[in-house]
Amino acid sequence: MSTQAAIRHPKEKSFDVERVRNDFPILKVRVHGKPLVYLDNAATSQKPNAVIEAIHRYYMEENSNVHRGVHSLSELATALYEGSRETVQRFINAQRKQEIVFVRGTTEAINLVAASFGGDRIKAGDEVLVTALEHHSNIVPWQMLCQEKGARLRVVPMTNAGELMLKEFETMLTPKTKIVALAHVSNALGTVNPVKEMTATAHAHGIPVLVDGAQAVPHMRVDVQDLDCDFYAFSSHKMYGPTGIGVLYGKFQVLESMRPYQGGGDMIKSVTWEKTMYNDLPYRFEAGTPNIADTIGFGAAIDYLNRLDWNAVAEHERGLLEYATEAVSSLEGVQLVGTAKNKASVLSFVVDGVHPHDVGTILDREGIAIRTGHHCAQPVMDRFGISATARASFAFYNTKMEVDILVKGIQKVIEVFG
Amino acid sequence: MSTDLRSLYQEIILDHNKHPRNFRRMEDASVSIDGYNPLCGDHYTIYLKLEGETIVDIAFQGAGCAISKASASVMSATLKGKSKSEAEALFENFHDLVTGKLDGSEKVEELGKLAAFGGVSEFPARVKCASLAWHTMKGALEAKTESVTTE
Repeated sequence: MSTQAAIRHPKEKSFDVERVRNDFPILKVRVHGKPLVYLDNAATSQKPNAVIEAIHRYYMEENSNVHRGVHSLSELATALYEGSRETVQRFINAQRKQEIVFVRGTTEAINLVAASFGGDRIKAGDEVLVTALEHHSNIVPWQMLCQEKGARLRVVPMTNAGELMLKEFETMLTPKTKIVALAHVSNALGTVNPVKEMTATAHAHGIPVLVDGAQAVPHMRVDVQDLDCDFYAFSSHKMYGPTGIGVLYGKFQVLESMRPYQGGGDMIKSVTWEKTMYNDLPYRFEAGTPNIADTIGFGAAIDYLNRLDWNAVAEHERGLLEYATEAVSSLEGVQLVGTAKNKASVLSFVVDGVHPHDVGTILDREGIAIRTGHHCAQPVMDRFGISATARASFAFYNTKMEVDILVKGIQKVIEVFG
Repeated sequence: MSTDLRSLYQEIILDHNKHPRNFRRMEDASVSIDGYNPLCGDHYTIYLKLEGETIVDIAFQGAGCAISKASASVMSATLKGKSKSEAEALFENFHDLVTGKLDGSEKVEELGKLAAFGGVSEFPARVKCASLAWHTMKGALEAKTESVTTE
């Protein structure tokens, strides 16, 4: 790059996307003879070498069960596993490491809260408040709970742009409302919700708040103390870590007041036929041998993210989304679904007269991976009167050149179906 | 367009997608049944009018991708006037076609217009799209009262 160009584009210099792409070996894969253009990051992100190597090293040199053995390998595995917990704690700025419960993913975290917290506190006639843009994982556990208890699930509406209606939200907070459960970022629309403000509003009514952060953590630094939410759930695999591991953050006093979710080893202090003493936090909620390898891989993913300049990452992602929004919305016969002012990563769209699955198949032959369908958010699709969308979702390793390839691919779709 | 894409989206498929035949509600159907593909949300209702062993009329309604809609349309055009056992035999042949089991076989010729769906076998994710209407039709012939899914 010449000095002049560097002066004209000073921001691009602080984030070297090509260097970052080298950290992700899968990005060199070819699909149908074309370079992979991976735009399905909201489904799952790719993994950097640092994560792949950490898991490999664990099984090659460190594998042992945790919290049990007195032998060296078990001590090493325990130290690495608990080290990941501290890494997560610092990453989301939790006050104590006991507030970090390892679970399989966001879905299990929400199920845990619905079963344990909800199971004890929600009675017939009570209300659970969710929003119109939730993923099925933040709808169904609450729906099941409400059916079981004879409680009512209420839904905060959204505008045509895909923004929550905050005045309605406030009026829906009643003495019957026992918990508010909402997404930080919508997986289908990309809307970033004002969760800090909404949490404060709910708290003013004495109502606890669970935030589904699955789509937020990959794109922004999250500070749970600043948000002040009671629970924050997220998955490793959407933030460059392995699948099968995720986090339920809960405020210490809240978690401390909750009964166990599953029974088994590791979650107990002592067991007799008469009585079982439950373990302290967070182990009370981690029954059975945990997913040790992937937890260590998850820690490696966060270490990797911590080495990046997050202001520059955010700037790069914002630039990508703006560029893609502009390019895709200017195509004739293409409509964006989800046009909130504050968005992250996600570009959902429909092509006139073409089903998203056909869009997906044609793009796939160009090497482009996108998600098509209802994105596990059927109520969102119903809200917009459609059955499905095509969704391109970006990570920091994506480039404007890849957006250009996407746009050419969509033009091809229009040409085929003309 | 690449060769395999052209073999998937053949003219006849694009035409039936744009102008589906027998795409209507049938008020006097002997049997009607819904079919869903939970993976992608495609859903169709298939209406059959039966006289004895013969399908005297067939229609469908619903929404889905080009492959599923064209498949329902071509199926409806093919099955009108066929007997139940002929329809079931065609179901088997069609299923073998889209799962790649009829390669080079003379049975492909017997399929007539349905042979246009041969390209689907190269796209495993789309096999269920092509077969949804057929599974639903078969469910209707067997007079299943519940809906049919591809799962």
